[in-house]
Amino acid sequence: MSLYSEKVMDHFRNPRNVGVIENPDGVGEVGNAKCGDIMKMYIKVKDGVIEDVKFETFGCGSAIASSSMATEMIKGKPIAEALQLTNKAVTEALDGLPAYKLHCSVLAEQAVQAAIRDYYEKNHIPYDEAMFPACSHCAHEHEDGGEE
Amino acid sequence: MRVYADHAATTKMRASALKAYTDAANEFYGNPSSLHSEGQRAKEVLEDCRARIAALLGANANEIVFTSGGSEADNQALLSAAKWGALKGKKRIVSTAIEHHAVLHTLKKLEKEGYEVVLLPVGADGIVKVADAENAIDDNTCLVSVMLANNEIGTIQPVEEISKICLAKKVPFHTDAVQAVGHMPVNVQALGCDYLALSAHKFGGPRGVGALYARRGAPLYPLIEGGAQEKGKRAGTENLPAIVAMTVALEEAIAELPEVTKRVSAMRDRLIEGLEKVPHCALNGDRVHRLAGNVSFCFEGVEGESLLLYLDDMGVSASSGSACTSGSLDPSHVLLAIGRVHDVAHGSLRLTLDGTNTMEEVEYLLSAVPAVVEKVRSFSPVWRDLQEGKRSFIL
Repeated sequence: MSLYSEKVMDHFRNPRNVGVIENPDGVGEVGNAKCGDIMKMYIKVKDGVIEDVKFETFGCGSAIASSSMATEMIKGKPIAEALQLTNKAVTEALDGLPAYKLHCSVLAEQAVQAAIRDYYEKNHIPYDEAMFPACSHCAHEHEDGGEE
Repeated sequence: MRVYADHAATTKMRASALKAYTDAANEFYGNPSSLHSEGQRAKEVLEDCRARIAALLGANANEIVFTSGGSEADNQALLSAAKWGALKGKKRIVSTAIEHHAVLHTLKKLEKEGYEVVLLPVGADGIVKVADAENAIDDNTCLVSVMLANNEIGTIQPVEEISKICLAKKVPFHTDAVQAVGHMPVNVQALGCDYLALSAHKFGGPRGVGALYARRGAPLYPLIEGGAQEKGKRAGTENLPAIVAMTVALEEAIAELPEVTKRVSAMRDRLIEGLEKVPHCALNGDRVHRLAGNVSFCFEGVEGESLLLYLDDMGVSASSGSACTSGSLDPSHVLLAIGRVHDVAHGSLRLTLDGTNTMEEVEYLLSAVPAVVEKVRSFSPVWRDLQEGKRSFIL
């Protein structure tokens, strides 16, 4: 058995929606280079629908696959629906991730939320804080402690 | 093309060793502890191997204990010296920050048991300073342990100089030579060590077998109880086919060492020179005092695991010290010890060559690695920030 599922390897080898959107309606960046994962998600919104989405990821195979899968799952979806995207759904769509890689799917969920939040703020759209749980930029504990 | 460039992880068994293994399993199946002819024949073969391994290392046969590998040998050396130290009321152990986990984790355990463990730092060159070792050794020190060559960055440590200090101060000295034996000249008299650990699968022998050299008079206690094998220092029926194969592999490795070292170091140098042309990267560890086959780089703006997976797709087997590949949250302790910050240490790549590699394969690596680095950078937000000046280059 290999480390990753065929689905993960497919999304890793052929990432969907990779790249940047010029003048995006929302951008979210989560993670931290110190931990070894950063995800950046760009969205274009029209009539409350995510018309286009692109991502850039610095991270391992599962981080790249999780971001790719998350973009596929929210593309063409109304914002309200995209906000419902969970790390569990991303993991399931990838046919699972190794336990110590689950945080990659959490980052994908957080990246989507961060991009939507940015869109709301840019457009002065009031939103409920509770929809965006505190985004932990680095959930990891390092031996030397703290951030740089 | 498939290029196996992970020889520091393990090597393919030499044909001669594999044949010796199956022949020994067929012919010498007796238990060396048995009195009958089959047993006694096996015993003779075992002792013949011990004498041959000893001769290759400049040791006496009765100073060699066969083990299950390098980790066991390291554990036994450290725990034996520590136990002796406790009897003498000495509970300080000096080692380095870049040791293999077989040493570091054993030291951690000893620390919990009340030993004082001092890990010497290394410079940016990945080499421990002799003066630091000298200053760290006091009257309370029961053991100094310094690896001969590092497994990640290949740097060769000043073991001879440090062992001289230990001899003068009458402190037992251990060296983990797992990466060195079979890849550079190793002689226990020249090194002046009291203990030395080696592992067969690093030089074309089988895995699951290694040896501990313990100088005559050096304290030695068994880790495994249960029989009189190995003069009571290691119970369990001897793994004779593996011991025979290890012996054959080491003889062959040492016989071809001058020729292989020349050829492999030329491949290493070509690889280093070629990879240095990739923008914003750096060689890890000293360029000169390093194993003939070790190439270790950090590439800024990329993460190591994705490099490895894309390289595997291109037919290249390599390794990395990134957190993602280690299964832990922090990148390699060795890269951190030479001063690489986390962000950069995550982007490490280790390519380790041996005599089975060819210059043609090196040329392939020189096309594959830069291509994969460029691909991973093309969608790395860190690389974008570096390019746009939102983040400063470290390398």
